[in-house]
Amino acid sequence: MATLDGFGRPADVPWWVGLVLLPLLNLLAAFVIAGGVIWVLGVDPVAALKVLVWGAFGDTDLIGFTLYYTTNFIFAGLAVAIAFHCGLFNIGGEGQAYIAGLGVGLVGLAMGGWPWPVVMAVAVISAALFGGIWALVPAWLQAYRGSHIVITTIMFNFIAASIMNYVMVDVLIAPGQQAPESRAFDPSTHLPSLQDLLALFGIRSRTSFLNVSFLLAVACCVAFWVFVWHTRWGYGIRTVGQNERAAVYAGIRPGHMIMLAMVISGALAGLVAVNVLLGAQHRIILNYTGGVGFVGIAVALMGRNHPLGIFLSALLFGALYQGGSELNFEFPKLSTEMVVVIQGLIILFAGALENLFRPQVEALFRRRLRAAA
Amino acid sequence: MDDILLTIVSVAGATIRVATPLVFAALAGLYAERSGVVDIGLEGKMLAAAFAAAAAAHVTGSPWVGLLAGIAASTLFALVHAYACITKAGNQVVSGMAINILVAGLAPTLAIAWFGLGGNTPSLASGARFQAIRLPFVDLLAPVPIIGPIYAQVISGHNILVYIAAALVPLTGWVLFRTRFGLRLRAVGENPSAVDTAGVSVVALRYRAMIICGVLCGVAGAYLSTAHGAAFVKDMTAGKGFLALAALIFGRWLPWPALFACLLFALTDAMQVRLQGTPIPGIGVIPVQFIQMLPYVLTVLLLAGFVGKAIAPKASGIPYVKER
Amino acid sequence: MSLPVADAPAIEVRGVNKWFGTNHANRDIDLAIARGTIHGIVGENGAGKSTTMNIVYGYLQPDTGEIRVGGRPLAVRSPRDAIAAGIGMVHQHFMLVDPFTVLENVLLGAEGGMTLAAGARRARDELARLEKDYALEVDLDAVVGDLPVGVQQRLEILKALFRGAEILILDEPTGVLTPQEVDHLFRILRALKAQGKTIVIITHKLREVMELTDTVTVMRRGEVVATKPTAETSREELASLMVGRSVVLRVEKPPAAAGRKVLEVEGLTVVDGQGVRRVKDATFDVRAGEIVGVAGVSGNGQTELMEALAGMRPIASGRVRVSGADLITPSRRPDARAVRQAGVAHVPEDRQRVGMVTSFTAYETLILGYEDDPAYTRGPLIDWSGVRMRCAKEMEAYDVRPPVPTLKSSKFSGGNQQKIILAREIERNPDVLLVGQPTRGVDIGAIEYIHRRLVQLRNDGKGILLVSVELDEILALSDRIIVMFDGMIVGEVPADQADERRIGLMMAGIAEAA
Repeated sequence: MATLDGFGRPADVPWWVGLVLLPLLNLLAAFVIAGGVIWVLGVDPVAALKVLVWGAFGDTDLIGFTLYYTTNFIFAGLAVAIAFHCGLFNIGGEGQAYIAGLGVGLVGLAMGGWPWPVVMAVAVISAALFGGIWALVPAWLQAYRGSHIVITTIMFNFIAASIMNYVMVDVLIAPGQQAPESRAFDPSTHLPSLQDLLALFGIRSRTSFLNVSFLLAVACCVAFWVFVWHTRWGYGIRTVGQNERAAVYAGIRPGHMIMLAMVISGALAGLVAVNVLLGAQHRIILNYTGGVGFVGIAVALMGRNHPLGIFLSALLFGALYQGGSELNFEFPKLSTEMVVVIQGLIILFAGALENLFRPQVEALFRRRLRAAA
Repeated sequence: MDDILLTIVSVAGATIRVATPLVFAALAGLYAERSGVVDIGLEGKMLAAAFAAAAAAHVTGSPWVGLLAGIAASTLFALVHAYACITKAGNQVVSGMAINILVAGLAPTLAIAWFGLGGNTPSLASGARFQAIRLPFVDLLAPVPIIGPIYAQVISGHNILVYIAAALVPLTGWVLFRTRFGLRLRAVGENPSAVDTAGVSVVALRYRAMIICGVLCGVAGAYLSTAHGAAFVKDMTAGKGFLALAALIFGRWLPWPALFACLLFALTDAMQVRLQGTPIPGIGVIPVQFIQMLPYVLTVLLLAGFVGKAIAPKASGIPYVKER
Repeated sequence: MSLPVADAPAIEVRGVNKWFGTNHANRDIDLAIARGTIHGIVGENGAGKSTTMNIVYGYLQPDTGEIRVGGRPLAVRSPRDAIAAGIGMVHQHFMLVDPFTVLENVLLGAEGGMTLAAGARRARDELARLEKDYALEVDLDAVVGDLPVGVQQRLEILKALFRGAEILILDEPTGVLTPQEVDHLFRILRALKAQGKTIVIITHKLREVMELTDTVTVMRRGEVVATKPTAETSREELASLMVGRSVVLRVEKPPAAAGRKVLEVEGLTVVDGQGVRRVKDATFDVRAGEIVGVAGVSGNGQTELMEALAGMRPIASGRVRVSGADLITPSRRPDARAVRQAGVAHVPEDRQRVGMVTSFTAYETLILGYEDDPAYTRGPLIDWSGVRMRCAKEMEAYDVRPPVPTLKSSKFSGGNQQKIILAREIERNPDVLLVGQPTRGVDIGAIEYIHRRLVQLRNDGKGILLVSVELDEILALSDRIIVMFDGMIVGEVPADQADERRIGLMMAGIAEAA
């Protein structure tokens, strides 16, 4: 693009500065500060990193758990990203995934005896419906009543938590049970683990929570890419997200696109329930989401709202969550909460401070380009 | 008759105690959002302050040192938010969320490393907490029917922070509408360009607002762990920062209505304890969860314009960039 | 404040340079403004006039150069320094806080103490005096958002005087005013000059410069090209200085061969979100093969009229027929897509905020509004390679520079952005073209190109409705001219009988069409 110089502007910095170098710098900054915290606690950060990496990738079952978490984070990250493309900040992924757990749970409880592909298909639809509708209400309120979606989705997280609390404690709790859990799903409904599938091809691995939902997540990444950049609905959503007045001018209805984007967002968040409940836990559990919706924010920001980036950053967070759970065994002073610290730092640096290094880095490149010219 | 009075008095007292941190946090949010900075990080700042206050009070044995530590921790995060949102024009919602998550991880991480109590701090001795204050004339008024018990249990008998919260509401009203700072604060949240061209620094104003926000969140957090409670407990804010945000919106960014909203939300909290399992005539037993969600449902309805209308300061959430 | 050096200019700008990123907005600006005069600064959009004055006011910081006030160098790091040196500025977009009262707006930044009460009392007295001296009546307790723009502008002047301004800068003050309000403003400015104040007025309207100023400075592409006593220059000379060569504003065009009615508007009334009637009972038509110009002061309902015709906002009553069929009625939801499909193309007046998505590439912008057109799609997918090829071809045909379809829309100059939009709208072969401010912020070469294109389209038998606040543009292009004032169509004049004075009076709502 250096040929554009004649157009009266200095050449732009290379494309990979904004898409690769700056995100990596931001990530590095987050890790340096996290390392500082670990060092303050009296633990060698490098040793901690080694344990973390081993805990995430050291054995086939560890990799399996890493990919199991990755699956959740892909769904949650795509959910946040589709809303971002429409200019919306969906903080409600947590509540949408939680409510979708009810949808999946009801399918799991009711469809005992059915073959798993049927159960999975119905559960996916049910999860998408429950999650989608839970996101549709804030979307409608934003589009037609002017209430800010950030606040509404926050409120909907709390409302979802209260509803699920009621459902679990007062309605679905298994008879004779103290902990608020539903009865276990029928084994026929359990999604096959990926170990079983790999075994079909003669690949042996140790067992983990990893199940076919991972393949669904990868498929969602591809579908996301096609939808956002290659269909007119994706075009409409992006137009509304970038410039709502231009959308009105073009005859794209912003309200429709807001609702479409949020329904898809809620549906994607809802798929977390398929992975966790149908793929791993085989029952409904109180607070089963454990903050996955918020990890989705970090994943989407870090992945720049692109499915490839989201896949990679979901893998990073999957490794952090899995590897982080091993930290506590090696270093009693380091709690698993350390992972949440890193997550917060990544959201800070990759999101709110995304332009922290941009002026310096771009100036550096411009100087070099000018010197070369 | 006495029973009902006793119930009312005790619910009222509980309401005030629950409302106090909400009032601090809602007013904190008020200063931030009136200046044009959206702050969904009230929760995180409160939690940071609750931990710092409990830790410092435990080590020094002084609630006042704890309070200062809480304010310092909260203000530090307020300045991080200010730097990201004001200096670096970052996304304010993302920054607030980052702080919430960062603190939710950091507080228990430090607590486990330092105290090894599963993410909590040790219980505070009574000298390290803010104690209830008996106002004068309690004994004198005790025999007076109705007024006596109300004075003794609703007005008197709270710790100092409760009274500070009560004083902050009229003070904020005065600052906002009667002082130079208040005029500029309201202006910068509506039209920062007007403030800039009037020769007043937008950046300095917003930083000052965020420092006030940090200090008030600090007091709110310290109240939770060193006045209302007696230790830091993991995730002890439990959404109070968001509830305060809801109260601020419900109070249409005005101090008195925000106080009213805090009291209303706190009342639902106090009621839910009372109503647990108690049938209401004609309705039956209301599950507590439905009472718990009431503040959030009310806020959603308000924002949607079904009950009244809430209009945020026009420039809130938008980083200030000079026009060319 | 130190005493001014005798006979020194009120303001001196020396060697000021300013870049916005890579855009060199001010190049070595030297400028002197004599005390007690009215000094005009003229130039096209983007010539750097506002930038220079914003630097004087301290709102922007120069990259090099210095400002002198009363002969002494002044470090203006913020507007505070400029205000202290006796400089006041009325910006093009008023710097007012809408929910505040007039008094609160005046006090902002000049409160006179920690609390407001005492300062407010003093301000009331001082303002009463100022209002009397300069005929600047404003109700101090009115809420600013409710006031008409003319009054808001008076408030801005009052604000500056309250702060003790000796030098008053006004940026495009007449753009939003009716001619009567312009007269009122000019009376105020002359009264200020009589009191010894110095006035700087930024404008691109030469008529006003000739009428009001003592001295005039012309800027072009970020540079000062001339400063002259107004009495020794002429509109023609200023115009050619502004654009760098003499301008032929007449566009060559054959006589109109108007055909059937392609656009019929009957009793159209548009009410905005606040319940204000913006367009009142408008009736007119556009025939095939003619350009109908809509003249009027900005803000008299032209924007709302165009948006209603384009299907972007609902109408309250009336109807719009295109090629004989009802297209827009009050009962139908506004639908820009249906309007497009009926053969009405639209080049909106705010090209960057409405006509395109600046973060999209040129080829993505090229299908905005047509993304479901079968020519661009394959099943549910958009045929991007086809779109890119088409984009490259059209960029060639419309002389878009640089002709790079993958370049972001924001990276093109205003004129080239407009050409992309024109290509998109014209190449769909519409029967009717709605065009708003086609050449606002467009360089002179592109203006001529765009005008030629519009005339060519008319010669091809399309009906064009042209809205422009530049009366010269309306006069140069139109076959018929309708005049809007206060939402009403107050007159219609065939172009060959149009004269500027008569249309000016109609725009002011003074004279009805005979």
